[in-house]
Order: sequence, then structure tokens, then C-alpha cells
Amino acid sequence: MLDLSSLADRMSAQRHEEYQDDRPAVDQHLEELSLQPRPLDLAAVRAQLRAKTGKQYWRTLEELSGDPSFQELLHREFPRQAPSEWDDSVDRRDFLKLMAASLALAGLSGCERLPEQHIVPYVKQPDGLVLGKPQFYATAMPFLADAIGLLVESHEGRPTKIEGNPDHPGSLGATNVYAQASILNLYDPDRAQTATRAGEIRTWSQFVEAAQGVAATLKATRGEGLRILSGIITSPTLTAQIETLLSLYPLAKWHHWEPAVGDGAREGAKLAFGAYVNTVYRPGKADVILSLDSDFLASGPGHIRYAREFYERRKLNGPGATMNRLYIVEPTPSVTGASADHRLPLRASEVEPFARAVAEKLGLGGSAKVPPAAEKWLAVVARDLEKHKGASLVVAGEQQPAEVHALAHAINAELGNVGATLYYTDPVEAHSVNHLESLRELCADIDANKVDTLLILGGNPVYTAPHDFDFVSKLKFDQQRKRKKIQTVIHVSSHFDETSEYCDWHVAESHYLESWGDARAFDGTVSVVQPLIAPLYRTHSAREAVGAFTDKPGLSDYDALRERLKATSPSGDFEKFWRKTLNDGVVAGSALPPSKPALKFSLASLPAPKALSEDLLEFIFRADPCVHDGRFANNGWLQELPKPVTKLTWDNAALVSPRTAEKLGLTQRVALRGGEHGQILSNVVDIALSGSKVTAAAWILPGQADGVVVLPLGYGRKRAGYTGTNKGFNAYAVRHSDALWAAAAPASAIQKTGDNYPLACTQYHFNMEGRQILAAGTLEEYRKNPAFAHDDEEFQKKKKDELTLYKEEENPYDKMQYRWAMAIDLNSCNGCNACVVACQSENNIAVVGKEQVMRGREMHWIRIDRYYGNVKANVGDPRAQDESLDNPETFFQPVPCQQCENAPCEEVCPVGATVHSAEGLNDMVYNRCIGTRYCSNNCPYKVRRFNFLRFQDWETPQFKLLRNPEVTVRSRGVMEKCTYCIQRITNVRIEAEKKNTAIPDGAIVTACEQACPTEAIVFGNANDPASRVSQLRAQKRNYTILGELNTRPRTTYLAAVRNPNPELEKA
Amino acid sequence: MSAGQPPIDSSEIRRLTPVLGPGYTFGSVTDKISSIVLTRPTSFGWYMGFLIAFGLTGLMTVAIGWLFTKGTGIWGINIPIGWGFAIVNFVWWIGIGHAGTLISAILFLLNQKWRTSINRFAEAMTLFAVACAGIFPLIHTGRPWMAFYMFPYPSTMGLWPQFRSPLIWDVFAVSTYGTVSLIFWFVGLIPDLATLRDHAVKRPAQIIYGMLSMGWRGSARHWHRYQSAYLLLAGLATPLVLSVHTVVSFDFAIAIVPGWHTTIFPPYFVAGAIYSGFAMVLTIAIPLRKAYGLEDFITMRHLDNMAKVMLATGLIVAYGYFFEMFLSLYSGNKFDVFLVEQRLHGPYAPFYYALILCNILMPQMLWSYRLRHNVAFLFFMSIVVNVGMWLERFVIVVISLTRDFVPSAWGRYWPTFWDWATFIGTIGMFVTLLFLFVRVLPAISIAEMRELVAETSEDKK
Repeated sequence: MLDLSSLADRMSAQRHEEYQDDRPAVDQHLEELSLQPRPLDLAAVRAQLRAKTGKQYWRTLEELSGDPSFQELLHREFPRQAPSEWDDSVDRRDFLKLMAASLALAGLSGCERLPEQHIVPYVKQPDGLVLGKPQFYATAMPFLADAIGLLVESHEGRPTKIEGNPDHPGSLGATNVYAQASILNLYDPDRAQTATRAGEIRTWSQFVEAAQGVAATLKATRGEGLRILSGIITSPTLTAQIETLLSLYPLAKWHHWEPAVGDGAREGAKLAFGAYVNTVYRPGKADVILSLDSDFLASGPGHIRYAREFYERRKLNGPGATMNRLYIVEPTPSVTGASADHRLPLRASEVEPFARAVAEKLGLGGSAKVPPAAEKWLAVVARDLEKHKGASLVVAGEQQPAEVHALAHAINAELGNVGATLYYTDPVEAHSVNHLESLRELCADIDANKVDTLLILGGNPVYTAPHDFDFVSKLKFDQQRKRKKIQTVIHVSSHFDETSEYCDWHVAESHYLESWGDARAFDGTVSVVQPLIAPLYRTHSAREAVGAFTDKPGLSDYDALRERLKATSPSGDFEKFWRKTLNDGVVAGSALPPSKPALKFSLASLPAPKALSEDLLEFIFRADPCVHDGRFANNGWLQELPKPVTKLTWDNAALVSPRTAEKLGLTQRVALRGGEHGQILSNVVDIALSGSKVTAAAWILPGQADGVVVLPLGYGRKRAGYTGTNKGFNAYAVRHSDALWAAAAPASAIQKTGDNYPLACTQYHFNMEGRQILAAGTLEEYRKNPAFAHDDEEFQKKKKDELTLYKEEENPYDKMQYRWAMAIDLNSCNGCNACVVACQSENNIAVVGKEQVMRGREMHWIRIDRYYGNVKANVGDPRAQDESLDNPETFFQPVPCQQCENAPCEEVCPVGATVHSAEGLNDMVYNRCIGTRYCSNNCPYKVRRFNFLRFQDWETPQFKLLRNPEVTVRSRGVMEKCTYCIQRITNVRIEAEKKNTAIPDGAIVTACEQACPTEAIVFGNANDPASRVSQLRAQKRNYTILGELNTRPRTTYLAAVRNPNPELEKA
Repeated sequence: MSAGQPPIDSSEIRRLTPVLGPGYTFGSVTDKISSIVLTRPTSFGWYMGFLIAFGLTGLMTVAIGWLFTKGTGIWGINIPIGWGFAIVNFVWWIGIGHAGTLISAILFLLNQKWRTSINRFAEAMTLFAVACAGIFPLIHTGRPWMAFYMFPYPSTMGLWPQFRSPLIWDVFAVSTYGTVSLIFWFVGLIPDLATLRDHAVKRPAQIIYGMLSMGWRGSARHWHRYQSAYLLLAGLATPLVLSVHTVVSFDFAIAIVPGWHTTIFPPYFVAGAIYSGFAMVLTIAIPLRKAYGLEDFITMRHLDNMAKVMLATGLIVAYGYFFEMFLSLYSGNKFDVFLVEQRLHGPYAPFYYALILCNILMPQMLWSYRLRHNVAFLFFMSIVVNVGMWLERFVIVVISLTRDFVPSAWGRYWPTFWDWATFIGTIGMFVTLLFLFVRVLPAISIAEMRELVAETSEDKK
């Protein structure tokens, strides 16, 4: 048996110590009680614990350690005020006194704001609200150097579902996983709910009072010692507020730290242009794209827009169609890499020589050596780029160093792409600085005792700062000098996290759906962040927190926003402009104008690249595709979301290529419980890097560059909340400021511990076993035979009644008015997962937890299957460790219910709980279902999901607000599955019937279709020949999975087509 | 020709292996059998065995209680393996439940004298096995409190069960089989109950047996009606023996899952059922005759015949395995071909090989006359076949589900503690019921044995 507890201990041992350290908050609390603060004797605690046997309960570590002061505290209820003689004898007088006192105390504790509970309906119905009908409001989600325009669905005043805003340039109606899942953050029961000081609840006015006190002293010193630390901020209003503060206190400083966004882009721009610029790509205009380790289709500012434009060029409607072509060099498989026509795995440090070599080939001078594997590739890529001058694009990755970005700028300029496939603007982020240097400076200043007041706006630097900065030591009580380095630390954040613990004040931050604000998108467009609901708790925005230190502490967000908009709006009727802006969600014409920075860069000026020895392993840090830098760690939807390529959930893992794993002796195996669809036992490794250590589970990932270990950030949180605490390993623990994105170390840096760790992986088997499940071909093949997806020509030619014993006259659904169908273009799907979370949000799908995922019981109604093309082997399969795993072609296939017209599930249900609707959809009747699971067994696509236990949380009140009232919340013991969002169909149908019109194409948008950035999913009426879905179904590329079973699925797929360069193909 | 070779002459065989020991009279048969129930003191061994079995029944109750509290998630089932131990055990128990009625009805119709001394407890075993089997379809549902939806009752919603589903056929087949088996068994018991009533000394026993014997007086008219009823019931039960497992096999054959969807299932399931049923009868008969000294009633002839039935049905089952595999390969259907490959090389291959060993290879030893007459070996063999038949159901139900059409959905199944607890618990319940049965009812039909006394004495004349 695997001893998991000891393993878990080991994996978290390092952080435990940190956690049990003295906590200033507790210290101060005890001080107020006039008891001497005593350091907690942990050794005594352990000894006590060892001595105890049987079931005993202890409340705190102090009690356990037998600390006499604690004993005293226990025995004396009112340690300071209460005279101890009361304990003994009670005479009548004292009794009355006591009674009076306790009544008064009871009254005091009754001064709690009780939840308002209305039992009357609206006396006057609010304007425009029809009960039971959702309303949509435009708002935007600020996210790093971007804002995603949103339309949020609201049911009787509570937001329930997030959708993209079609008027927003960064959304165009689509969203990503973070935007979809952010609604769960709003209702997260673990959010900080009020301002606290040293862990004690304080009111907002007390905070403002304290802030004004600080402000008074700051005014005297002109702000000396005041520092602000924030992540990337694009909000003009918040920026203006901070600038107001900085102008009040001219000696104050504003520092930045964004852990998962590199400085490469900023410094690269400085290298190339001498100034920070923002690059806006236009992938839709490029015929040939070279990505230098950039995941621009799935992360980074503007990626939703970029994905739309990019895949627009890959929609094929006939053999004459053309496609763009994407080359990518990257160290680890990304979503963008999976869509590439040519992918070359290179170590992160080899990308720069590669970029230099491309530049050299294009005649930019310089010289570079590339790995032999890349040489041929390089020549072809360079030729292809040259051929497409003005219609090509080179994109550098966020984590790549400045040189790569500068080279990309130079190459784009050389190819005449600037102004055509990309343009530059001023930075979107406010106060652009080098974040690492900014944080370094702040730390140095704190050590030099130059900082008195630190205002941390968002972020979690104790968790995210490079370990060599030892950020905790900057905040915590200095035992030697008996004082703290910073007098006052104020943390404004949504959760009471690792950092908040060390701060004097913690201000609970409002969710973006609770407060007014604004934010700039990737191209500078300003969106208004409009609240959908009054704050659920006593939370405030970061702007209000900053404002508390200024002359106008009471300024509301609403007023601040309107004031700023008034100042920048065109002349005319402001109210009209305001209403239009709120309605549209964007400030018209606010995109930043293109700038024309002059290129001041020559290749020759670059220092020679540092070559990495072949023997060294390269450890690279990447933001996790689900929890990002850790900010979403407490979001159950994102935790349970299978990561696009690895399909891991609930954990991160140190990713290595199959060959490197072999070299390091790392293995993994399928556990019997759960198996390929659930649980994989993977080796545990100790990673010693940059003078620090972490223990992680390893994961073997085909397609990764050899000699690279990827350490995904964002896990191993110690104080994230119920969902996110102690999941995975903390890669920040080995992240050094000198090697922020890539660290080199000998192979001995990674050591097997001999333990195995169970990882929850929803799809371990990636080999299609020669079955035509996911059809893929090349453009050439497609031109020759557009119907290449149908491997069985004979089958296709057969008439329908040859396939069945029942001589049906014709398909009964052919003549119906509506025949709902879905077509999924595999050529457009990049596996980004937005549809999965959208579906989860729309359909009240439960989160089941790691244990259940490991048993193969996750509940997603739509899953994204990932297959590797032409692989013969499986990871861990001793029969073949062949080169097909070195760089396999990766494909994604979203699989919702196929809505078979001839559904195998329906025939076997003993109680008729799954039946066809009048429109031919396969419906689930939850209250008829008795849960035999026969339908799932008989479903060849395995899209049915069963409530093995009661997976829904019925108690937590916040989640009651979250749920979509139009979808049943399923209880235990019933089967469920994709319904094609039947509630949306019905809503539209009712409206159409009221008007006695036919439902127009596009009126019904399913949640998955709505969220899809690439419009890969199209839903509509297959009996309307003009509908988009009919046209897609008429394409020869259209095929059905397992059509030979005669299930006649309504969900059909359009085969994936890649556009490889024939020159490389021949090689 | 080895020493253990049986004599060729069939009358010689009959002489050497009689169906009833020599020297019995009507009276001694009656005394011997009824004494187990009425006069012999309850042995320490009985109490011990009963306690253990009852403890296991308690385990089953706890397991089912926990199941109803938490849901089917306490088992190892998942997506894609929606059916695990519950269905495996259901099919296994139903299979075991075949022998009783087969022995009572079909062998009765075929006029096989040797069935007489084993039919009673074989029938009881059938009932108990069906009872065990019947638990599973109920508890395996996600919402067992709604399981009555499977019955065609006049619902206010005007809803009927979905009659295309084999699970509904199951409901009818199993409940019909259970009912008919019970009636058949009870009708057969009536003369014996009357005998017990007449022999009982204590008042409560007299009253209870008296009520159960329904006024049986043993008149010629009684006997006449009794025998017509018995014959009719035997005729009615006979097709049920074949239909139940055919219908159970439809649960699989109707589905489209590779490894389930095959037309060979009905005969192959029925043969398998008889195979496992006879194995279970042997498993029970051997300790029973030993414990109560019934060697003269359950003779080597019986054991030998049952072993031969096992051998024959085992060969049919082997044929089934062969053709299942052959047809999969011959069909050229890639999913079926893959399934064969999976059974031979997949992660569950050891189960398949164990199955072949238990159900095909080891039973071939039963060709040997000497081994057929080795009681210990027969007992061992019956256990082997029981295990083998359980493995067969595991291979069919679980392994087929682990890897079907879409590779991304492939998974694995492994039972949990609660899976085992429920399974072992039903074995406990089965044994408990058997213990009670042996203690309160005649394990061997007294009336029929008396007939046999008459017939064998006629033979001698």
C-alpha cells in the first residue's frame, strides 16, 4: 500500500514550517489581552501529541503545548476586567450585576447585520424586469494586461452566467475559461468578507479612519516610506486614483509584480524601440505565422480575438479553399502548438538561437547556431516567411527573454508586417515597468528600512515572489530586532491568503461583478466594468482602498468612474453617452491609436547567446492553464477542468518528455481503480533548484522537448480556501529571481524519491487504435478527396434502409420543422476548454473532487478528447517507446452528447427516462430515472454522466445563488448528459411561437457554442437548408463518429485539416 | 486402460452405484430424514456455521445500509464501467439458481430416478440463489426507492415501463421464475410436511407443520391430484429454466457493447447456468451428506451423475467461448477483434486465463472415473467451477465495458471493500438460509424416497 499521508507530508514539509511560524496577527491579539506573547513551543506540542492516546480534542496549538498563559486564559473568561472572586460565591447583588452584564453583552453580540430576508415579491416590478426572464448586462473582466468584454446573465438580480460581448474587440462574443469560471469566484464561500486588522473584524469606516491617520503622517513626510505594490493594472480610473495618491505624496513609489507575465515583451520592446510598446497582432491577415514559443491562441492579451481571426483563416468550405500556415517552436506542447502545421520541440533556451538564425536567413545579419534537427526546418520556415512578405507574422512568447522579442520585432519589420499583420500602440498597462526589478527594488528598500507603509493591491507576493527575495521576512515580526520592518502593511485582495496573514490590515476586495470600474483591453479599448449585484459581503474595490488615503476617501467607484469618463468623453449629452457606454460595454473609439516606433536595433548589438550544455536539464516555469498563477486555485471548476494537453486535474506535475523520463528513470502506471479514465500513479521526484527544494509528481508528456522539465505555477497554495489549499506542488518554491522562467541544472537536480503519487487524469489513453474517431488529413489530401474523413466509402454509398432491418419509409425527422443539430469543426477547435466551463456554468454541473475524478466520475457534459495522430505506442507501454511520441501531432475533439436519432441509450432504459423529444432530441427525464446506468453502458460515445453520490452542494447558500434556475439541480442516483441546452431552445421557441414565426438561424446559441472563441461549434436547424449547420453538414468533410453503428448522431464533425509545407513533408 | 476404468456394462454400473443404499424400508427412510429436523439435537457445528453465515448476512445488511445512505458511489463502478460486482453477482446467482428447477422439473419429466434425493435441497438452493440474485438489480440502481418504476403498475402519470429494455424482461423473467420455483418447491414439500406433522412431538411443531401441510391426509385422491399438479408444474417450470438465463443474457446481447452484442449468448448462458448450478449443488450436497450421514441417500451415483452433467455443460460452455472468440475474429468487426485481443493481452488478461483454466481445462479431469468418485476432488472441482463461472461473468460484464468504442473513454474497474462486502454478504445470506432450511425442513424428499424404496425393492425382485 502506498502511504499517502507521509507522502503528502513530505510534499508539503517545507511549507509547513513556514506556516507554523509566528503569526503577528495572533501575537497582537494576545498582547491586547494583556498576556505576555510567548513563542509557541512546537517541540512541546509534538511531545504532547505523542503522549496523548485515544480520541481527544484540542482547540489550539497553545492549549496543546500546555502553555500556562493559555491555561489562565481558559480559566478566566474575562482575563482583564473580571474580578476573580466572582468565580466563588455569588450573592444576590452580584448575581443581578452579572445578569445585567450578560444581558448587555448579549445585546452587543446581537448587533450583527442579519441577512435580509424578504418574503414579499416586488410591489413594483423594476423597469424591464419580467420575473423568470433573465436580463443581460454588459461588463468586462479585467485580467492582466487585458479586459474581456462580457454580457452577464442575471436572474432576479443575481448573476448566473457569463457570456462574451459581441461588441467588444477582445471578445467578439466569445470568452475563455477564466472569464467563464470567474462567476464561481464571486460566489466562492471562502472569499474574505470584511476588512480585518490583525485577523479581527473591522468596519470599513474604521479602516478609512486608520488610513486617514496614516495619511496625516504621510503628508508630513510627503509620502516618504509609502509604497504601493500591484500587479498589472489597465483600469484608467484606478490608475488615476493611484496617480492622485502619488501626486499627494510625491515621495511615494508604485511597484509592480505580476508573477506569471514575463518582462520579456517589455524589455524586448525597449531593446528594439527604446521604449515600451504594446503589440497588437492581426493573425487574420497573415498567411504564414511563426510562433517563437508563444501560446498566443490560448493565453496572453487578446488571445480570444487572435484565435477567432486565426481560425477564420482555417475554415474550409470547399476543395478550393486556402488556409494559413502556422509554424511553432516551443519547449512544451501548448494549445497553440497543437494547432500548428509544423511544430518543432526546442528547449526554451534554444528558441533564441533559432530566432537569430531566422533573422540571419532573412538577411538581418548576425550569426547563430541551431540544433541540427532545426536546421532544415529553419531554412524552410525562413523561405516561407520571405515568400509572404507583408502577410506573415512572427510572434514571440511571453516567457521568452527580451532578445527573442526584439528579434521578432526586427523580423516583422524586415518582412514588412508592421502595419499589415501587426501594429504597435502605447502600452495598455498603466505605469509600465520591469516587474522583477520593481519588486527587487521594493525588497531592497524594505531591507534598508525605507518603507513604513505598504499598500498591496491584489496579488499574493508571499506566495508568488521569487524565493530568494524571501518576501515573508519583509512582512513578519523580526524576532531579533523586536520590531517589524514595515509599520503598516495593507493588503487588498479577494481572499485572506498567504500574504494577508502577515499584513496588519486586510481589506476584502469586491469581485468585478460587484463594483464599478473600467479596464483596457489588449488594443487599449476601454470597457466599463458594471456591477451586476451589490457586494455580497462588506467588500470594497482596490480603488476605494487607495482612495481612503487621499483627501476624498468617501468617493464612490461609481462617481469616480463617471467623473473620469466625463473628462474623457466627447462633448455632448453625457448621460446619453453614459447609457450607451453601459449598454455597449465599451467606450466607443477608445482603442489606442497605432504608433510607429522606430526600430533602433541591430542583431550585431546583441550579446552572444548563452549555450546550454546538452547534459544540463532545463527547468522552465509556466502559468498553469487552469489556475494560472494561483489566483484561481480556489475555483473548483478550474481545478476540475482537465488541462488541455495533459488532461490532469486537481494537481500540477513536473512535465518531462518520454525520452527524458527514460533517462531519469521516471515511470508512471495506470491504477486499477479508475484506470486510464481516472487515476495514474506517477513517480514522485525531489527537485533541487536554485538553492531550494520542492517535491513534485512527475508526468510524462509526449511532444515535450527533451531535457526540459516544466514546472507549472499556481499550485501548492497554503491558504487558498477549501478547494485550493494543498493541491499539487508549489513551483514558486524553486523559482529564483535569476532564473525566473528557465533554470539550468544538472540531471542530479531531479531525484526519484521512490514514492508514487496518484494523479487524476481524465484521459490517459491518447492512441486512437486505428479507429476513425477523429478524422484528420492535410490540405493536399483534402483537395484531392474532400470526403477523406469517410474511410468506408462503401458504407457511405449505402442507402439508409440498407443499414437497418426496419424498412423505414424515410427518416421521421426529415419532415419536422426543427431538427436541431450541431456541427463541430475540428479544424477550428484548439482544445481551449472554454466550452467545458461554459457548459458547467450553464447547466449547474457539479464539481466532484479529485478522489472522484480518480475513479472516473467527473461530470462534465462536454469533454475534450485529445488524440495524438499516428502514434503507435502509449506512454508507459514497454512494447514501443518509439519516436512517434517525440513530437506527435495533437488533435482535440469536443464530445458532447451526440443526440443520436437512433439512440442506443433509449432502447435499454427500463423506465423510459431517456426518450426522444418531438424535435428528435434525446432528453433525460431526471425524475423518472432510477439509475440503472444501462444507458451509459450502451452509449458508444460514453457521454453520459452519473451521480454516483450526491455530488451537488445543497447547503452552501452562496451556491444557491450561483445556479441557473432554468436547469434542474440533479441529485444522487440519476444519469445526466448534454441536452443541447434545451432550456435555451425552449426559451427561443416560446418567443417564436408567441410571434408565430419560425426560429431564425442563430437565434439559439448553446452555451458551448457561445463560449467558443473560434466558432468551432455551430448549432442550428438541420432541416433548414440555409442554416449554418446545414451548410456545414453538407460539406464533404462532415462525418459522424461511429456512424457505422447507425446511431445517426445529430452532432457531426468536420475533419481536421492541416496545411503542412510540402517542402518539409518530403523530408 | 488404467485401474480406475469403469466397467462397461450399464446394469453393472447401476449395481455398483445405487441411487439408494441397501437395506432401507419405508420406515427407516422416514425416520432417518425426519430425524434431522425433529429429533436429532442441533449440533455445535450447526450453530457455529449458522453464526458465521449469519454474521456475513449482517455484513451484507451493513453494506446495503451504507449503500442506501451514500449511493452507488461506494462501489468501484464508474464511467465507462457502469456495471460492476452487482450485475456480475446477479448473473452468477441466477445461474446457480438454475440447477434446482432443472433437476426437479426437467429430470423429473425425463424420468431420471437419481434426481429424487437431491431435488429438494437443489430447489431450496435455487430459491435462495434467486433471492440473493434478486437483491442486486434492486440495490444496484441509483435510486432504489424508485425501483418500482420497473413494474407495470397503474401510475397516475399514465407511464409504463419501457418494454424494449431487457431489464424489464428481466423483471418478469426472474420474478416469474422465482414464483414458479417457490410453488413447485412448496407443492413438492406438502406430503413431507404432513409426515413431519405426524411425527412431531412438540405442539408448536405440530401446529406449524400442520398448517403448512394444508390438510394433507395421504388419501389416494390426494396423491392423484398431487401428482398431476406436480407434473403440470414441472411442465410449467421447464421452459422457465431455459428462459430465465436467456433473458438475462439479453441484458448483454441486446446492447451494442462489443463483447456483449452476440447472438450466441442465450444458449451459452443457459449452459453456463446449469454448469454453475450443478457445481453449487455438489458444493452443498457433499458437506450435507457428510454432516448428516446421508451417504446412503446421496450416493456416489448421484455425485457421479452430477459430475457428468458438469462435464457436459462445461463442454458446451467451452464451445461457447470458442465460438464467441471465433465469431469475433471472423466478423472482421474491428471492435470485436480488438476485444478478443484485449481479453488475451489486456490489463485483465489474467482473469480470462483463470476463467479458461477453471471452466475448461480443469473440469476435463472429470473424464476420469476415479476422480469422479473422489468426493474431496469433486468438492474441490465444484468450487473451481463456481469460481470459474463467476470469473466468466466478470469477464463479460466488466472487461467488455472497460474498452469499448471510443478510446478516450477507456477506463478500469476495481472493486471496493463495499463491493466485496455485498458479495460475500449474499453468500452469507445464502448459507444462512440453507442452514435454516436443513434444520426445519426435510432436505431430501421423504415421499419420493419412499417411492424409491418401493421401486428399488421391485428391481431386486
